Amino acid sequence: MTNSLYGRLDDVQADAGHDPSHPPRKGFFTDTSVCIGCKACEVACKTWNRLPEDGISLSGMSYDNTRALSAETWRHVAFIEKPVHPTTTDLGLPGMGPPGFEAYESGVATAPAAEDQGALSGDGSIRWLMSSDVCKHCTHAGCLDVCPTGALFRSEFGTVVVQQDICNGCGYCVTGCPYGVIGLDENDGKAHKCTLCYDRLKDDQTPACAQACPTQSIQYGDVDELRERADARLAELHAKGVDVARLYGRDPEDGVGGNGAFFLLLDEPEVYGLPPDPVVTTRDVVDIWKHVGAAAATMLALGVASFLGRRQS
Amino acid sequence: MVPEPEFQSYYGRQIIKTPTWKTPDVPLYLFLGGLSGGSAVLAEGAALTGNRRLEHLMRGVAAGGAGVGTVFLIHDLGRPERFLNMLRVFKVTSPLSVGTYILAPFASLASAAFASQLTGRLPLLGRLAGVGAAALGPPLAGYTAALFANTSVPIWHEGHRELPFVFVGSGSAAAGGLAMVLTSVQDSAPGFRLAVAGASLELTAMGVMERRLGMLAEPYHLGKSGRLMKAARALTATGLGVSVLGRRSRLLRALAGVSYLAGSALTRFGVFEAGLASARDPKYIVVPQRARMAARQADANAGGVAGQGALAGGAGEAADHASHEQQVPSPAATR
Repeated sequence: MTNSLYGRLDDVQADAGHDPSHPPRKGFFTDTSVCIGCKACEVACKTWNRLPEDGISLSGMSYDNTRALSAETWRHVAFIEKPVHPTTTDLGLPGMGPPGFEAYESGVATAPAAEDQGALSGDGSIRWLMSSDVCKHCTHAGCLDVCPTGALFRSEFGTVVVQQDICNGCGYCVTGCPYGVIGLDENDGKAHKCTLCYDRLKDDQTPACAQACPTQSIQYGDVDELRERADARLAELHAKGVDVARLYGRDPEDGVGGNGAFFLLLDEPEVYGLPPDPVVTTRDVVDIWKHVGAAAATMLALGVASFLGRRQS
Repeated sequence: MVPEPEFQSYYGRQIIKTPTWKTPDVPLYLFLGGLSGGSAVLAEGAALTGNRRLEHLMRGVAAGGAGVGTVFLIHDLGRPERFLNMLRVFKVTSPLSVGTYILAPFASLASAAFASQLTGRLPLLGRLAGVGAAALGPPLAGYTAALFANTSVPIWHEGHRELPFVFVGSGSAAAGGLAMVLTSVQDSAPGFRLAVAGASLELTAMGVMERRLGMLAEPYHLGKSGRLMKAARALTATGLGVSVLGRRSRLLRALAGVSYLAGSALTRFGVFEAGLASARDPKYIVVPQRARMAARQADANAGGVAGQGALAGGAGEAADHASHEQQVPSPAATR
């Protein structure tokens, strides 16, 4: 019971009532260290899923004019430009920024393979990070938990999908998501998000974004295997001295029980627009109901008490 | 003035999405839920004590409020014609689902009780319906706090222990306030007492919540939501003051009642707007989550066995989360 709301959960499909013979859990491992920001994933996703365009306008946020995930955008490539100040001598002074950053910042010369730490521009003054964001297909999915119609469901692949013929557009999932992934479409009034290409999975096809990715930054497969691949890649990068590399959403013990779609990042999660320590809201749902119950009982008691005593106050 | 905390973000953009719920639909629905829930309780108490005038009016308010509230709730949906899809499942993890199963029977029972009273038909069944509505009234007033609290919106979620008390207090003040407006000094005595108790509960719970929220409570004081909350507090406090000082005057009682009603409505608008403001600023996501991670890290460094005892509380997440970037020594050993 507790596991259904929070904590480690090794078989999400069985927990959701799927037959034990269900296929293995599928997901994405997005290795941002090899993302080149081509946006082929965004285009492939829009094309396959027939999503409307989001208008043409410039955001001023580097090459990111997509801005965010939404009902109409299920892959979003973030571009981060961070100034890097190459120093000729390392005085060993503490630097600005997150842990690990100062070592990198001061040690451009010693940082190996620049392509592994995000692209450096020609003069080395800008560190350029790119990352393709997507629905995380959480083990404990806030959107699914709070959906009052059952439109959101756990598929046999362990993914989280909206049934479009059920959704009544209440918008609860939008506030339930700790990542800001799912949105309401103004045109049809319903909630939409990444389905991990449910239709393609049913035919043993790779999701459109992973298929289109030219650098295998987006890897698709069984979540168990992807986790091993991610661990190996992280170890490889750390061995090369890329100490800023870290995994995000891979840990099955985290606040959402781990993500079906997780990432290798080269900076703090919030730099990419991701929450650093998300927790599914329904972890506290029992506590919430207890307090509502106590409050309702208090109100009833106040009501009864108001009729005690003299008729006139 | 506390200095602005330093944090990183993606071009200052918000992390979670802003709730898509419409205003005034949702705040008014919340207000009417509290008002009709409290009115159903007053109606049944009035029936038991033979206060016919109060019973009559409160039955009407309970039925009318629930009816109009339901219309607002349905109008808020992206696909209103699919409202009944809410009834195809029952999920305790979704307060909106639970709330549907409170609202639907409440509205039916309150309407049945009112109809029976108007027509004089089936008086026994009418009374039974009234008792049912009175039992469902407080849950109707309180569940809307769960609706807000069970979200990723920091100011709503982190206030989940106090918000139900704010809402039932506010609903009680509104129902009692309306009784003070509509009935004589003598007949409105129970409403008067309920309003005083409810308004006091609301103000107290709000104060406790704001203190516990700390920096997250900022939207309750700043901007549009801050102005709404300030007005709500002032009106509720005015209601309290005027009703206590002018308790024997019919006019002053009515004035206090209007003050309670307006304060109750503005509380819902203020809490709603504060949620929108809380969602729009990445600060309210990043800073508390960073603090949580730091505390966990400190715990892990201090004991290495932290979290073994208390896994239920907030600190219980401690050693659970051996995050990979932090490289806690031998994370497996703590499990």
